[in-house]
Amino acid sequence: MLAFLTRRLLQIAPTIVLVSMLIFGLQQLLPGDPALIMAGEDRDPAVLAQIREQYRLNDPVPVRYFYWAKGVLAGDLGESMRLKAPVASLVEQKLPVTLQLAAMALIFALGIGIPAGIVSAVKKETAWDYGANVFALWGLSTPNFWLGILLIFLFSVTLHWLPASGYVPLGEDWRQSLGTTIMPAFVLGNALAAVLMRHTRGAMLQAMGADYVRTARAKGLQEGRVVLKHALRNAMTPVITLGALEFGTLLSGAVLTEQVFTIPGFGKLIVDSVFNRDYAVVQGVVLVTSTIYILLNLLADIAYMLVNPRLRG
Amino acid sequence: MTKTLRRLALALLLSAAAAGSAAAQSNLRIGLAEDPDVLDPTLARTYVGRIVFASMCDKLFDIDQKMNIVPQLALSHETSEDGKTVIIKLRPNVKFHDGEDFNADAAKYSLERHLNMKGSFRKPEIAAIDSVEVVDPLTLKLNLKAPFSPLLAQLTDRAGMMVAPKAAEAAGDKFGLHPVCAGPYKFVERVQQDRIVVEKFADYWNKDKVHIDKITYLPIVDSTVRLANLRSGGLDLIERVLATDIKTVREDKKIKLSKAVSLGYVGLTVNVANGAKADNPLGKDARVRQALELSIDRDALNQVVFNGEFVPGNQWVSSQNPYYQQKFAPPKRDVAKAKALLKEAGVTAPIPIDFMVPNGVELRQVAEVVQSMAAEAGFDLKIRLTEFATSLKQSEDGNFQLFLIGWSGRTDPDGNSYSFQVCNQPQDVGHYCDKEVEAAHQQARAGADLATRKAAYEKVAAKVLNGGGPIIYLYHPQVLVAHTDKLDGYVPMPDGLIRVVGLTLK
Repeated sequence: MLAFLTRRLLQIAPTIVLVSMLIFGLQQLLPGDPALIMAGEDRDPAVLAQIREQYRLNDPVPVRYFYWAKGVLAGDLGESMRLKAPVASLVEQKLPVTLQLAAMALIFALGIGIPAGIVSAVKKETAWDYGANVFALWGLSTPNFWLGILLIFLFSVTLHWLPASGYVPLGEDWRQSLGTTIMPAFVLGNALAAVLMRHTRGAMLQAMGADYVRTARAKGLQEGRVVLKHALRNAMTPVITLGALEFGTLLSGAVLTEQVFTIPGFGKLIVDSVFNRDYAVVQGVVLVTSTIYILLNLLADIAYMLVNPRLRG
Repeated sequence: MTKTLRRLALALLLSAAAAGSAAAQSNLRIGLAEDPDVLDPTLARTYVGRIVFASMCDKLFDIDQKMNIVPQLALSHETSEDGKTVIIKLRPNVKFHDGEDFNADAAKYSLERHLNMKGSFRKPEIAAIDSVEVVDPLTLKLNLKAPFSPLLAQLTDRAGMMVAPKAAEAAGDKFGLHPVCAGPYKFVERVQQDRIVVEKFADYWNKDKVHIDKITYLPIVDSTVRLANLRSGGLDLIERVLATDIKTVREDKKIKLSKAVSLGYVGLTVNVANGAKADNPLGKDARVRQALELSIDRDALNQVVFNGEFVPGNQWVSSQNPYYQQKFAPPKRDVAKAKALLKEAGVTAPIPIDFMVPNGVELRQVAEVVQSMAAEAGFDLKIRLTEFATSLKQSEDGNFQLFLIGWSGRTDPDGNSYSFQVCNQPQDVGHYCDKEVEAAHQQARAGADLATRKAAYEKVAAKVLNGGGPIIYLYHPQVLVAHTDKLDGYVPMPDGLIRVVGLTLK
């Protein structure tokens, strides 16, 4: 176990360095000139020259990467050109928002996806199974932004039950906070629930057909116990991996959903920064989210080992 | 028993509600179309930022609904005979949000900050100022390098915003994180991309006309969601309503819509001399440009895309502007004449044109309508939808033949024309250059009164309109603002900025 962890941690360092190079390099491929965007409508030549100098836009890419990486190692993610605020403070501001939204979405996804998957596997080829499949297909094929706008029209404009958009931090007023995040979390969780349902169903079907399940049944165990204790536990391994990876994706920002519900999380920050060519912000946020993603992968591996003793070497 | 309990509960609820409303602060929630950039008047550059400044930072001058320059922190101005000095009298008893006094020293500090600060976007706007002198505590003297009549108009915008010297000096380039000005509301907090909160400033010079306790600005990019928020009561006022949503807004009895013709325009910029791509009939021959203009029916365009709500136009100012040239009314659509002009120019149809269009719902529709109209005269406009930031760079590099682009507009006509029509200016992306036009513009800049300046602009119009110049102007948008019927006192202004003094919320 320890050897495995050490090996994985050693792999992480070069991965992050490579990721940072990729982020930096790919961004330079974006068409457009950050100085031109920064200079505003008037584009005064003196102002343009000053911006290029201040943000080292005249230097070659490797030189700029060097300065950026040096800053990152010293804990400085740089400064937003557009807002004149440190990137680290922006990340600090957005991280709790995105975490809350991702966690709530995951609760929706797990709460709907896994039971639906179990039911449809156990009640294979019955109305339950077909119903769950229709639901999964609906969840997968409904575009987030469309579902989001429909929910806003129903619950905010027509029924006046929930605020149409915006965000209130949990610490400020937890009721309002849940009120502002429940719709976007449902939209995000809905799509994910469908994926989880399909995977749970597949894994469960495989497990239910396995020898040990037959043996458990032959021993005279109750069906509920067979399903939950024997089949589900083994079927969960791939579902956990998927859940962890999807959680990582949620953390990197739900771009469209955050835009529709005006949730000030990572997704919105990245989109705005890309359109404004605010390089430092994009680099900082992507670096942070990819690091989180890599760490979640590691956590998934650990969880894997806990669930499946055969992997503990 | 249950009845008594119910009554008691009701009474309690009612008294709680009454107490709540007595203590509640009024909060005006304004939906913005974008998240503003840095909130420092010297370093800011976005239109949406100006909307927020309108409640925080008073300016030396302001404009009224008819675009006259009116006093704000200044009381009066006087320009010398030779046009090279401007004396400004300042309003007495004005305080900044941190309690510091506003006087000539503070005004000098602000103007010099705009002129000298590293990265200042105001510098080019007031570059005509050579030096600023304090005559007495309430009198300021500006010495100009040359007569420059658009100067006062510049002082009605960010260049005229006054910042508290001590606070600005202490914060340096971080002033925008906590701006301190002399406007009706002072800064409370900002959460990037979420909200900006300002509260009533108790010592404001015009405090009797400030009735709302707090304003919260909420950036909501999606126009459908912005409108849904207004309709559901989550917002009290939204800016930049889409023309296509006007019907929905008018059908809702609880919402009021207000319109003002914007100071800006949208037009077709032609690449006449910027690189190899200019080498085509449209770039090289004014007759071909005139033919393109004649193929377009501006009224039909307005009807199809904007439900007839916008204002068709063929000049850099709208027909409501005092500088509009009556002699050059928009030409009627005339396909036969367009074809004749093309024949005269020796061009055979179809004429392929690379037509760059920034990606966006409205501009894309405009481009499609123009494309189909121009096709009838023999133009084959090939629409190339391009992301906005990329389109700016490509226009700079001359990577276009025709570019559909707008300008948000400035109070003085100089701000809508000089940078676009004069040789080697930053906005002249098509590299148009004509010495006579340049000379006429210089006359307009030096002219002291409307008549002199308008005469100079007439010379410009004669050269650049009807295909002569680099831009075929199409229309002037409307500044569309929608608000709840609980809000009173809202006055639409041509610059689209939301003036908060005088507003009341029921």
